[in-house]
Amino acid sequence: MRKLAFSLAAPVGAFLLTLVVSTIALLAFGSSPAEAYGDMLSHAAKLETQVDILNRATPFYLSAVAAAIGFRMNLFNIGVEGQYLMGFLFAAQVGGLISLPQVLHIFVIMVVAMIVGALYAGIAGVLKTTRGVNEVISTIMLNSIAVGGLIAWLQQEWQAELGENFSSTELGTNEIEESGLLPTINGLLEIFTREIGQGKELTGMLLIAVLVGVLYHVLLNRTRFGFDLRASGINPFAARAGGVPPKRMVLAAMMLSGAVAGLIGMVELADRGKFPPDPIQGLGFQGIAVALLGRNNPGGMAFAALLFAFLDVSSGVLDSTGAASREIAVIMQGIVLLTAVIAYGVANRLRERDEAREAAEALAAEREVVPA
Amino acid sequence: MTAAIELTGITKRFPGVIANDNVNLTVEKGEIHAVCGENGAGKSTLMKILYGMQAPDEGTMKVNGELVNFSSPTDAIDRGIGMVHQHFMLADQLTVLENIILGAEPTVSGGRINFKEAEAHLSQVADEYGLTIDVNQMVESLEVGERQRVEIIKVLYRGAEILILDEPTAVLVPQEVEALFENMRELKASGATILFIDHKLDEVLEISDSMTVLRHGKTVATMKNDGVTAHELAELMVGSELPTPDTSESTVTDDVALELKDLTVLNEDGRQVVHDINLRIHRGEIVGIAGVEGNGQGELVDAIIGTADIASGTVSFHGRDITRESVRKRREAGLAYVPEDRHHEGLLLSSPLWENAALGHQTQSPYGSNWWLDRDGARAQTELIREQFDVRTPNIDVSAHALSGGNQQKLIIGRELTSDPEVLVAAHPTRGIDVGAQAAVWDDIRAARRNGLATLLISADLDELIGLSDTIVVMLRGEFVATLAPADVTPRDLGAYMTGAALQNGGAA
Repeated sequence: MRKLAFSLAAPVGAFLLTLVVSTIALLAFGSSPAEAYGDMLSHAAKLETQVDILNRATPFYLSAVAAAIGFRMNLFNIGVEGQYLMGFLFAAQVGGLISLPQVLHIFVIMVVAMIVGALYAGIAGVLKTTRGVNEVISTIMLNSIAVGGLIAWLQQEWQAELGENFSSTELGTNEIEESGLLPTINGLLEIFTREIGQGKELTGMLLIAVLVGVLYHVLLNRTRFGFDLRASGINPFAARAGGVPPKRMVLAAMMLSGAVAGLIGMVELADRGKFPPDPIQGLGFQGIAVALLGRNNPGGMAFAALLFAFLDVSSGVLDSTGAASREIAVIMQGIVLLTAVIAYGVANRLRERDEAREAAEALAAEREVVPA
Repeated sequence: MTAAIELTGITKRFPGVIANDNVNLTVEKGEIHAVCGENGAGKSTLMKILYGMQAPDEGTMKVNGELVNFSSPTDAIDRGIGMVHQHFMLADQLTVLENIILGAEPTVSGGRINFKEAEAHLSQVADEYGLTIDVNQMVESLEVGERQRVEIIKVLYRGAEILILDEPTAVLVPQEVEALFENMRELKASGATILFIDHKLDEVLEISDSMTVLRHGKTVATMKNDGVTAHELAELMVGSELPTPDTSESTVTDDVALELKDLTVLNEDGRQVVHDINLRIHRGEIVGIAGVEGNGQGELVDAIIGTADIASGTVSFHGRDITRESVRKRREAGLAYVPEDRHHEGLLLSSPLWENAALGHQTQSPYGSNWWLDRDGARAQTELIREQFDVRTPNIDVSAHALSGGNQQKLIIGRELTSDPEVLVAAHPTRGIDVGAQAAVWDDIRAARRNGLATLLISADLDELIGLSDTIVVMLRGEFVATLAPADVTPRDLGAYMTGAALQNGGAA
């Protein structure tokens, strides 16, 4: 019971503090906080907005799990961004070239995305294990190579190929046939609700993301590999003395992180049917923030991904109502992250003290019983 | 004449341990004063107190006759006290000059560093104390001895007249030690006072004018260096009380469990720290390694558990060569390990006890298999350890850091001994734990020996070594220099062997 209280106190505290600070920010800009919050909430109450929120939360969550796999062993994979874009690009290219029955086609595309993501992350893993290159540096550089190098070059090539009279819809990789596109799951949601309007479609990747979260939980807590991974993160020296091979773990964690990162782009791929000339960028970095807020915990990250998606999507309405500037969402995301880090730090210290006292009491009680 | 340093009645307590117990230390101006004692005698704590890194619980400190009260090293530096740490604190990518002035840079307007003035001041200091060094060299290109000289000059540059050298010879090769002593004599001739910590007796006798010996946190002697022999000093350091005799009879069998052949090991810097060692440990035998810390014991342990860089030679278990096998393979083959520092290599402090019990055995029943972690099995086994090894804890779900040191150690001993090991490597198994837990750990190791466990025991506690071991081997500068029977050896003899004093006199005491 105490444990539950300790783990709930931090996020609730962080949330309240965030509300206070963002209210102050809104007042400082001369907006009405009540009106702004009210607009956001009433907008989010609509089913169509909720579909948007889920669609946004799905890549956030996948990205967060990818980052969290590294974080759990103190490996800072900043390269989720590059890994997912590479996975996205190659999967789209392969998917556009082949023609297969539906389930198989989708499966091949996803496997390609995961393998490419894993290999791209593996470069940083190999550099770290063989040359001692810090993974933060190498993954940032690999991001630049992927985004600023390969993708920028491709965009140029596509434009050159089409010449003067191109239209942006023709750019990008080949269109994938219908059999390679993951179906939407509007039907699934509509069992519980009314019919979804405005042509909104709920991404099928939502189910994959849930599955990834469950697998992440099982891997970490139920498997020997997960135990090795957590042990390496908590105390690499004790882990090594306990038989965990440090280099192999670095490589494995890095590649696993990259494989999950590869799935992020599948949300957009299912929606647009190809690798577009203007893919959504920054999801890899959002994932780091979501993982941090969710404490690398599968449930916590789901909550954090939904919160970030809610702020992103529901603040869109502020543009039309004019109650406040929609950038308040970015401010709130930043503040909630900061306050959460502080709140978790405080809660952790309190919990440790509580445990130590409990252990000391148990010892003292025993001493009294046993005659000296 | 007032003394440079006068410490009176210094007492410092840590939870469960008294590090310094009413210690007195007087250092005259312009002398070289050695503080010697066994590992854990309280030397480092005393130096930390003198340098303002820790505050004493009781006692007074006088520097040049004035009563002082340091709250940080800055206060000590202001009083002219400087400390050269055992581990150097230099930036490799900066020059000698830049390293020396770092944090004490003379500046001109606009915050720019006045290198001219710095160099002038530095050469004045260097001349005054007769120390030479090329100030424009990069520190990364310097040898260890030169780095140490940079550290000494750094301290002098800040105006120190009283120098504390913390085990300055520990990192040096013999020629470098000679050069250091030469520098120390020059410093003394120029009026500096030097306080240095060492436990190599030949060195202490060579360089110091007087010495203070600590044992178990107490001052046992202060004397001038005139006519004191290494033997007398060794006796003072280790004490000559008799150990508690181990009455149990020998359980040694003919079956060799662990064998080391011509083993040579390199440390992280690529230096040979273990040379050509040969050792056999039989089932039911405890072999104790005696030696002053830093003579290759740590690397020997690493070589056996599988984390060291073995240059040549072999390690075998029951005749099977495992020199190139991973730590996990060795553990699965029945290797148990009690590390020297339980926080560093032994525990996952923020994880629950049952996960700590599984660590090192996670691939084996009942903790798990190659693929899965068996939570129920691990928890049941942890309950068993808790009961059998008397680990005092409210439950097995608390984090390891909530337990006292003795209980943490009992948990480690329990997890290693309940895994049916063939070979146990135990480094300082009772370091820093209370007397009750110590006795329990000893009983556990003796019981395992009766059941056929082959044990390599490394300890700084000589009574523990003599009391538990079937054979004692003395390790000095990476080699085995003596093999002794515990029945006819006293801690005093052992101390003499460990510090090299017995060998200089041509053999056994």
